[in-house]
Amino acid sequence: MIKQQFEIPVGYKKWTYGLLAVGIAAFIAGLIFLGFSSDEHARTRFWAVLLQNSVFFLLICNACMFFICANTLGHSAWQTAFRRIPEAISTLVPVFSVITLLVFIGIIMGGQTHVYHWIDKNAVAGDKILTWKSGFLNPTFFFVWTIITLFVWSYTGAKMRKLSREADDQPMSGEQARKYIWINTIWAGLFIVFFALTVGSTIPWFWLMSIDAHWYSTMYSWYTFGSTFVGGLALIALFIVFLKNHKYLEYTTAEHLQDVGKYIFAFSIFWTYLWFAQFMLIWYGNIPEETIYFKVRLQGVYKPIFWINFCVNFIAPILILMTRGSKRSYSIMTFMSVALILGHWLDFYQMVMPGTLGEHYSIGWFEWGTLALFVGITMFFTGKALSRSPMVPKYHPYLKESVMHHT
Amino acid sequence: MNIKKFVVGCFDDEAVLFPAVKKVRKAGYKIHDVYTPFPVHGLDAALGLRETRLHTAGFIYGLTGTTTALSFISWVLTKDWVQNYGGKPHFSLPAWIPIIFELTVLFSAVGMVLTFCYLCQIAPFVKKHHFHKRATDDLFVMVIECTSKTNLQETEAFLKAAGAIEVNMQVAETGWWIGRYDMDRKLFESKTETITA
Repeated sequence: MIKQQFEIPVGYKKWTYGLLAVGIAAFIAGLIFLGFSSDEHARTRFWAVLLQNSVFFLLICNACMFFICANTLGHSAWQTAFRRIPEAISTLVPVFSVITLLVFIGIIMGGQTHVYHWIDKNAVAGDKILTWKSGFLNPTFFFVWTIITLFVWSYTGAKMRKLSREADDQPMSGEQARKYIWINTIWAGLFIVFFALTVGSTIPWFWLMSIDAHWYSTMYSWYTFGSTFVGGLALIALFIVFLKNHKYLEYTTAEHLQDVGKYIFAFSIFWTYLWFAQFMLIWYGNIPEETIYFKVRLQGVYKPIFWINFCVNFIAPILILMTRGSKRSYSIMTFMSVALILGHWLDFYQMVMPGTLGEHYSIGWFEWGTLALFVGITMFFTGKALSRSPMVPKYHPYLKESVMHHT
Repeated sequence: MNIKKFVVGCFDDEAVLFPAVKKVRKAGYKIHDVYTPFPVHGLDAALGLRETRLHTAGFIYGLTGTTTALSFISWVLTKDWVQNYGGKPHFSLPAWIPIIFELTVLFSAVGMVLTFCYLCQIAPFVKKHHFHKRATDDLFVMVIECTSKTNLQETEAFLKAAGAIEVNMQVAETGWWIGRYDMDRKLFESKTETITA
């Protein structure tokens, strides 16, 4: 039986509300025991974990819109059969934008100097490097650019989704279809250009690299992008498998899943390339102010996390996702997707924590609880967005090509 | 030399070709190959060709490249010609990774190209019999391999019924040879008998 309209299954609802309940409980407990604690470490832990999770989930949801736009710009049709999934995930961008903005307000207005060292005026005044950077790295510019960014992401994303919904109602003539594709191309282009200016460069500098304010790396933004794009693709793959198992998405076949798998495989390697290039240049240059970043990660207390990160995000996908069969297998794709989302979550953890908590880190109830909260939010809004629109844009000019897709 | 008899049927429409392939295979004829002007999606599946194993070969070539690079650099820089580069350890893996990576890519790429050429029997100066010149232009050419027991008239009639616009019988070399097309053309001129035009 072909099902066009998604109805949220009971199991999905149970998991969503369960995770949200656990997450909200953890958040409230965290707010009381960590956020308002008199202990500096506890407060820093509270804000750093929120920063890591909100930025990570915002960026992986935004990466799903990047996936749509990049494919639209390349006139690739194969995504059409399942593009409602990345669209639904990207409806979370405004939601996580608000959450991330609140976290930033909490950190910067609340004066969490252990998270962002550069917000401490006295420290900046007595610091040559930070004074030099302060034209860029100051709270005003931070907020202005962050708000512009979040707005443009949400707006162009919403525009792309709205355009996609236009293909639901009535058949298009050849002329209309050409016009439709052209308008899609323009908006996708605008998104991509802005995406390059933000995720491709400035935004990771502001949100994450400024934690280690003295240090900088030109690879950092692309490395962050690689991380979040793999996360976003893994999320798409999970939803494809989930919906296929519930007898939705009749047009999406193993061919589509295999191509998503190829994307995951390729961008895992892309991520490794940047991850390694950043490391190798610093290792080779051997300049103390640069190597300090890896000192704590590679030789300090973050050593296990560093190597788990490497194994989960590189060794596992390259060996497991290499063959054709594994990319077509629901169980292997599910396993790898979950592993990669957790792996890149851990990658973000080791981006944020060494500069904030240093040696006092611990992965305990609050970290897992916050992860549950954000996964719950993601599931809640994605499920809602999926159930609001038909599963396939029925009259999309590229749908036929997507149905015939063959790898 | 391995010279065989072939019945060649030409189709001018993909939509006719696919059911014809199905019918011909069902009737028990052995299809030598189908030559098309462009890659036809799904034709390999219709012909019942197995999945290529070229990628497995590529993986092995890649591993060979990795091992070659790693063993050679480590032998040179730790045993044969030990030098101090900026105080780094002699066995400094991170610095070698780019070269190991490049050699992995080089070995797998070159190896796969050569293997591909071998499997498809294409190379400079290597020639193969052309069953129909228009196979590179606008015709789909299906070639059926005959045995001594094959009834040529029956096969020809079968292909006609399946929608072929042109059918003929050819005696041709199955493999490749190095040299000129003359060898093949002589064969072609002397032994081909066109059943229908």
